[in-house]
Amino acid sequence: MFGSITADMLVAILPEIALLVVVLVVFVTELLLPERRRGALAWITAGGLGLTLALTVLFARPGAEGELLWGGMLRHDWLAFIFKIIFLVSALITTLLSVGWEAVWRKGEYYVLLLTSTLGMTLMAASGDLIMLFLAIETTSIPLYIMAGFITGDDKSTESGFKYLLFGAVTTGVMLYGLSLLYGFAGTTNLYDMAAGLAAAQIPGPVLVGTLFLILLGFGFKVALVPLHFWAPDVYEGAPTPVTAFLSTASKAAGFAVLTRVMLAAFPSILADWQAIVAVAAALSMTLGNVVALTQRNIKRLLAYSSIAHAGYALLGVAAASELGVISVVYYFLAYTATQLAAFAVVIIVWHKVGSDEIDDYAGLSRRSPLLALAMLLSFLSLAGVPPLGGFIAKILVFAAAVDAGLVWLAFLGVLNSIVGLYYYLIVLKVVYLSPPKDEKPVPVMRTHGAALLVSVLLVLVLGIVLAPWYAWAQASAASLF
Amino acid sequence: MQLPILSAIVFLPIVAGAVLLFLPPKNHRLIYRVALAVGLIAFLLSLVVYFSFDASGPRYQFEEQYNWLPALGISYHVAVDGITAPLVLLTGVVIFTGVIISQRIDDRPREFFAFLFILASGVFGVFVALDMFALFFFYEIAVFPMYLLIALWGWKQTREYAAMKLTLYLFIGSLIALVGALAMYFASGLGTFDMVALEGANFPAGFQNFWFPFVFFGFAVLGGIFPFHNWSPDGHVAAPTAVSMFHAGVLMKLGAFAALRVGIMLMPIGAQTHLPWIILLTLVNVVYGAFIAMVQTDFKYMIGFSSVSHMGLVAMGFATLNYNGFLGAGVQMVSHGVMTALFFAVVGMVYDQAHTREIPKLGGLVKVMPFAAVAFIIGGLVSMGMPGFSGFIAEFPIFMGLWSGGYPLIAIIAAISIAVTAAYILRAVSRVFFGEIPAELEGHMHDIRPSEKLALGVLCVIMVTIGIYPNIILPMVQAGTNAVLALLGGA
Repeated sequence: MFGSITADMLVAILPEIALLVVVLVVFVTELLLPERRRGALAWITAGGLGLTLALTVLFARPGAEGELLWGGMLRHDWLAFIFKIIFLVSALITTLLSVGWEAVWRKGEYYVLLLTSTLGMTLMAASGDLIMLFLAIETTSIPLYIMAGFITGDDKSTESGFKYLLFGAVTTGVMLYGLSLLYGFAGTTNLYDMAAGLAAAQIPGPVLVGTLFLILLGFGFKVALVPLHFWAPDVYEGAPTPVTAFLSTASKAAGFAVLTRVMLAAFPSILADWQAIVAVAAALSMTLGNVVALTQRNIKRLLAYSSIAHAGYALLGVAAASELGVISVVYYFLAYTATQLAAFAVVIIVWHKVGSDEIDDYAGLSRRSPLLALAMLLSFLSLAGVPPLGGFIAKILVFAAAVDAGLVWLAFLGVLNSIVGLYYYLIVLKVVYLSPPKDEKPVPVMRTHGAALLVSVLLVLVLGIVLAPWYAWAQASAASLF
Repeated sequence: MQLPILSAIVFLPIVAGAVLLFLPPKNHRLIYRVALAVGLIAFLLSLVVYFSFDASGPRYQFEEQYNWLPALGISYHVAVDGITAPLVLLTGVVIFTGVIISQRIDDRPREFFAFLFILASGVFGVFVALDMFALFFFYEIAVFPMYLLIALWGWKQTREYAAMKLTLYLFIGSLIALVGALAMYFASGLGTFDMVALEGANFPAGFQNFWFPFVFFGFAVLGGIFPFHNWSPDGHVAAPTAVSMFHAGVLMKLGAFAALRVGIMLMPIGAQTHLPWIILLTLVNVVYGAFIAMVQTDFKYMIGFSSVSHMGLVAMGFATLNYNGFLGAGVQMVSHGVMTALFFAVVGMVYDQAHTREIPKLGGLVKVMPFAAVAFIIGGLVSMGMPGFSGFIAEFPIFMGLWSGGYPLIAIIAAISIAVTAAYILRAVSRVFFGEIPAELEGHMHDIRPSEKLALGVLCVIMVTIGIYPNIILPMVQAGTNAVLALLGGA
């Protein structure tokens, strides 16, 4: 089917090959290590991910023009490349944050699942074919279901995993139905022949829009858009926090990579319709996510609702359906991933000390551990979109894309939502800085956690101050789609 | 090769703030000394900028430009002109005196000074930015530390409420202005955020008429324009002394200035359409602010509302769209900034000792703190627009501008507010500083420290110098004003 395998083809899947090797290494090592020394698995995983990241950055760079490889299954382009980097960084930091999390960190299967899911995401970002796309989504999702429910003795975690699985299975089924309809209409499974196929078959617009709805149901679930967001707060709350961090960053980014690629490649004929659908979904997600976040008392639920809102902001870039729009989506996920990981790093560090995720237990953190509080300040302000942090640039870019595309109302709605967002982020920071601490003792920070937090915070700052290189990345990604 | 003095001014405070955060938290003396040194250097640098600005030279001086995000036409482009050079000096003065006044902060002083310096960097950045993106970048850096500064170190009774109200008001304003700015960016077709280039964009009249109010009001919120002034007195009162000084003294100018720079200067047609009705709002500011100030019994609220009133004059000066109006507004920004910083400093000193700000409960303070009393009276004279002080140099041209601009009625009504100002200032002076010291305060009050006298002295010297030797500032502001008028004339 592929003809002869060329060097190009291997380079395109270099990250996937490397990840697979790491999976096997972890798998075998677990058998060799006695149980009490299995903490070393975290280091092997982290090392493997670091190596994969290095290999990807050094050798797997695509050309300016994307190319379809492996019989059209995968597209080797900048969009895929940048998102692969996002997934790998997110997985790496998640691994570091998992160290010391009793229920997971000495278990080989946890790392195998994490790596497999990452592998699925890298394929998602690159898939150029419906078959590949579906397989990649499932490879990503199934390990995530298990990871969310990993703590089998804990009711909340079990509920989390089960809920995620049930909702996921239903929406995936519906999406698969949509994909099969699409194949039936276009006569091809390749995303890049889809537009021509649909045009040739002269499929009426409304039918196509209906099909699109089915597909969007699946994508919307993955990225937790309103009204497919119900699972997110419960799953985020119940899952082990490192898993939550991974879910809310890499998994969401993967969904957006696919969403952006599929919408632009397959549906040019109903551009105005899908723009309208996406714009409405963006408006709903921003508004509902932010408004409901106002009432949350649990930091993980708060971050869950805030991440629903952030998916809404990022969707502004998709709704713009322009080169600047894609640039803004890519930049958004660079900044958002770093920010969200920093926020979760703080949540995990605090959890290890106080054993709770209630916002009230963050009282007086600034008196107990000023630097930790500062890290929290920076990550929350970046979520709120305050300069000189990555979140500010990301937000400006999505608003710019919306204004450029004539969606001024959506930009104004985004502005109003930012204010709501600012309000609840400030409320949390108020607790951190203003409320008297219940306990004066400093919060201890494990070295690995400290390193993960430091890297994330530095990324947030670098993305907010040095703009040109990352923008050039985002630009290259956008260029590969147009 | 010229020294990058503006970059030094902009980045010194924020870098110093970052360094402060890593000093030992318990060593208050060291923290204060570092902060004082930074404040002093910032002040000296701003003096250098002010006195080496050549009023007859090119429009923009000390210019620096570096690529930031060339793909979108964003650059770090800074310079000062005749309007901003005095504002840079004002910021330098207020940061220096503000640090001195804050010597006795004993709850987490290193965080306090760090946030204060981040704020200062943002303010400097806005005043010198010639790039619209950079302006927003610094504008928001200037706004968010206010929340923490007020919520953490402010007056316990209202600080949480006031801090949140202020932050939300200002952020919503800036983001709405941001959407307007983005609209300008795309409509210009020039692919640049550089405001000097955008001045030549000649946006169509319909575009300007639609977008001007968004941009103007978005920023003017921070300038305290009616009916969006509500956050300001609450914020002033709740804030700790140095932050009130910064806030009323400098931050409100930031709003007025940005409304001028991005609103009026980039959309002159929109300005000509809308400002004739906006001038009525500014009149409300002036008159209503003055009357509300008169009925306050809280010393700090009185000053807070007087700021609303005086900032109304700045916006009114801009709204005349003529030479005298701009000139007066330009000087008023500096004059009011210094004056109100002094007022808040004195109020803070009184409150620190008396633990009350109720005017009827105070009295006779001239006997214990004569220096502060004299400084307050000088500030009061400035506030009333007395000849020989900076307030006169500022307010007189504004009224001339109103008259010649076809608003004689507004000029007359606004001038009445001066009488109201005189009434509340004189009443406060007589109640607080003269008469007998109330029994419950007897023995608790003592003179202010020498460093505080120095701070008040610096502020007084500036107000008196401008008053008796206006040429120290007027040619500069005239140069800046002429550049603005050239844009309006071309419209």
